Amino acid sequence: MQQAILDQLLKDRAEKVPVVLATNLKTGAQTLLYLYGKKGSAGWPHEVAEAARTALRHDRSTTIETAAGPVFVNAFNPSLRLIAVGAVHITQVLAPMAALAGYEVTVIDPRSAFATAARFGGFSLRSDWPDEAMADLKPDLRTAIVTLTHDPKLDDPALAAALRSDAFYIGALGSKKTHAARLERLRGLGFSDNELARIHGPIGLSIGAKSPAEIAVSILAEATRELRQEAA
Amino acid sequence: MTSTAIQATTQISDADILAQAKAWKAQGKGVALATVVQTWGSAPRREGSQLAVDDSGAFVGSVSGGCIEGAVIQEAVDAIADGKPRVLDFGVSNSQAWEVGLACGGKIKIFVERLD
Repeated sequence: MQQAILDQLLKDRAEKVPVVLATNLKTGAQTLLYLYGKKGSAGWPHEVAEAARTALRHDRSTTIETAAGPVFVNAFNPSLRLIAVGAVHITQVLAPMAALAGYEVTVIDPRSAFATAARFGGFSLRSDWPDEAMADLKPDLRTAIVTLTHDPKLDDPALAAALRSDAFYIGALGSKKTHAARLERLRGLGFSDNELARIHGPIGLSIGAKSPAEIAVSILAEATRELRQEAA
Repeated sequence: MTSTAIQATTQISDADILAQAKAWKAQGKGVALATVVQTWGSAPRREGSQLAVDDSGAFVGSVSGGCIEGAVIQEAVDAIADGKPRVLDFGVSNSQAWEVGLACGGKIKIFVERLD
């Protein structure tokens, strides 16, 4: 690998730009390719650029056969992010579990008694309202959003913002009854049933979770399934 | 719950591996990168998993569950010496791989290259 390619790759990663390193496994030749535009693709078989975009979208690196030899497309996506609305007990265990699974975690809760450094040391905490926080955080394809407050005036604006984003996972804590009422309120905001189907509620895989830590496991498992199962 | 325990156990990320490769190079060391480029069956690490190696055999990252790292590091040190990229195949049908312990039933292909 040329030093210049390594430097650019590290720069793209620092700036959270999705990038693919393509390597011809026969010759060792390499180039960097991006989700949009043709930069880096000159002189490479056309299917390499297409494979690079697919690899980024599915977060799955792969080797393809081309007339020029096998080419490995290595997808470097920005970190996964978890945005948790509600600095509650479940969040206290979900945040470190998600961090272990590779997520950058942000906790949003305007109630200052909940969102304290003593309870969430080391995690990014925001005390602004969920709709303002979400506008600032700009959730993308690599973002999971969970609402855990049980309080419609905090959860609903966050869910509305989540539905308007490309977030790969949206989960809302609450019983079936609570969730039905929530969907009714969101329908009132103009969301269709198709859009609302993106919300996982009651949140988490059905594994009989009882304690906050077990519920956190079920949430992380469900988010993992959404992230990986399609590509698997 | 404090974050200290979490940070202590967080795995080194792929970006850290590349950053370490760059740092070694800046120190004047020879450096090679090994990358999982193809897997079959129950291979322990996904495509794209990387290992950086310096000319003394020090390494960061992983390309398996620890079973073939020794053999990969040796090839990486050789690549640092001769500058030639190479593709390594490990699997249950490969007697060397069996010896080094990829007994999980998977097959993996690894690309090794020198950082120039």
